[in-house]
Amino acid sequence: MNDKPEKLIDKKGLRLDGRKPDELRQVKLEVGVIPNADGSAYVEHGKNKILAAVYGPREVHPKHLSLQDRTFLKCRYHMAPFSVQERKSPAPSRREIELSKVIKESLEPAVFTEYYPRTMVDVFIEVLQADGGTRCASITAAALALADSGIPMRDLVVACAAGKVDDTIVLDLMDTEDKMGAADVPVALMPNLNAITLLQMDGILTHEEFESAVNLALEGCKKIYAMQKEALKTKYVNVSEEIKEEAEE
Amino acid sequence: MASIVTRVKQKQIAQLIDEEKRLDGRDLTDYREMKIEQGIIEKAEGSARVLLGKTEVVVGIKIEMGEPFPDTPNEGVMTVNAELTPIASPAFEAGPPNEESIELARIVDRGIRESKCIDTAKLVIEPGKKVFVVFVDVYVLNHDGNLIDASALAAMTALLNTKMSNYEIKEGEVKIKPGYEQLPIRKHPITITTAKIGNKLVVDPIFEEEQVMDARISFAIDDDENICAIQKGGSGYFEPQQVVEAAKIAKNKAKELRKKLNW
Repeated sequence: MNDKPEKLIDKKGLRLDGRKPDELRQVKLEVGVIPNADGSAYVEHGKNKILAAVYGPREVHPKHLSLQDRTFLKCRYHMAPFSVQERKSPAPSRREIELSKVIKESLEPAVFTEYYPRTMVDVFIEVLQADGGTRCASITAAALALADSGIPMRDLVVACAAGKVDDTIVLDLMDTEDKMGAADVPVALMPNLNAITLLQMDGILTHEEFESAVNLALEGCKKIYAMQKEALKTKYVNVSEEIKEEAEE
Repeated sequence: MASIVTRVKQKQIAQLIDEEKRLDGRDLTDYREMKIEQGIIEKAEGSARVLLGKTEVVVGIKIEMGEPFPDTPNEGVMTVNAELTPIASPAFEAGPPNEESIELARIVDRGIRESKCIDTAKLVIEPGKKVFVVFVDVYVLNHDGNLIDASALAAMTALLNTKMSNYEIKEGEVKIKPGYEQLPIRKHPITITTAKIGNKLVVDPIFEEEQVMDARISFAIDDDENICAIQKGGSGYFEPQQVVEAAKIAKNKAKELRKKLNW
């Protein structure tokens, strides 16, 4: 920890990467990136580069996991060995297993799981490059992939973190801020239902700071939600144009 | 996991809670009767048993010498592991840790770690080379709901009961001396879990209530009433104001417990 910068926020109130406290990183979203998948999405959130793919509803494997009244939603969050500074073993770590569980639980409220009893839906997330806030970016991408797969949903799910760096509540922490900062609060939201589907925290916050961090994260979620809708539309506008061109030929 | 609670009972629980009543007659924010014992395993450096109603958790602490993590050469190491033993429930199977037990271990870990409960700087024998490693093993012996709070409580109680061996360094070798020293503890985090059933928030859910709940949220609260860890679980959601309400409940319950436990 010797390379800790003295201050994470400078005199002008700007952060290490020049952002204002309530500013998001660059976000780029793309839908339908894996031809073989039933639904897929790619997200670049700052330096995070993450792919999500959905397969299903399909036959449950292994069979005993089958549920009588709803689909079995399964999620695998996985980081590529080259996604971080020091090579990460490709075997799933305890952190990845926990994240798989909380990501699944953040998506499930949005999916009409009861429409497909005795089937399973796989959500695969591959983090190609990580730079803080991967769980949030993963949720944003996975929700798009689910929507792209055509599985009926109550709402999209969008996630963003807020936290405390030095003494300031900031939006969307990048890697160094996450590691050196005082607290990190990832939040996932179903924006139309105003429902929080993921909430975690580590670090130390007073109750007041916690409330303002959650509110700031929710603001961030709403901004990313607008981009999510745009990404979905873009794919289907492109598809309809392709069809038109084919018809003209 | 197949549902072990019948639909009729699930409906009954949900209806009762809607009327602010519970199966066992408690108020929505009441804890069950709690029993805490320390030092129940002589061979462990520290241990505790917590009974929360019929939920039973034993935590054993073992201390060994090991290497520090390369990025924290001046700190000892603490790891938490949780076993959902097949003894504890018809729903548990023997085998490698599953999602549920890993999540449980990581929630307990985060409460202890983020509150900076253990003074890890005092666990260093030789900076960068040799430190004490504190193994916190959570053993669930009977599952009747709210494993998170019971496990966090048992882990903290066991840590307070933990003794480290004295040692001296002779000619570059670490030698164990007779006598013990208390594990250096600075903070006492308390974890409070609230379940959302219908539109009501319920503290300390029993197993049957957990089968009905939409979602749960756990807050670890430190000695200064700060929040030091949060985890939402379950396939449902919370409205933003419910999160704030759950945080308030956690703050009040932690205060109440802290007084009772004298932490």
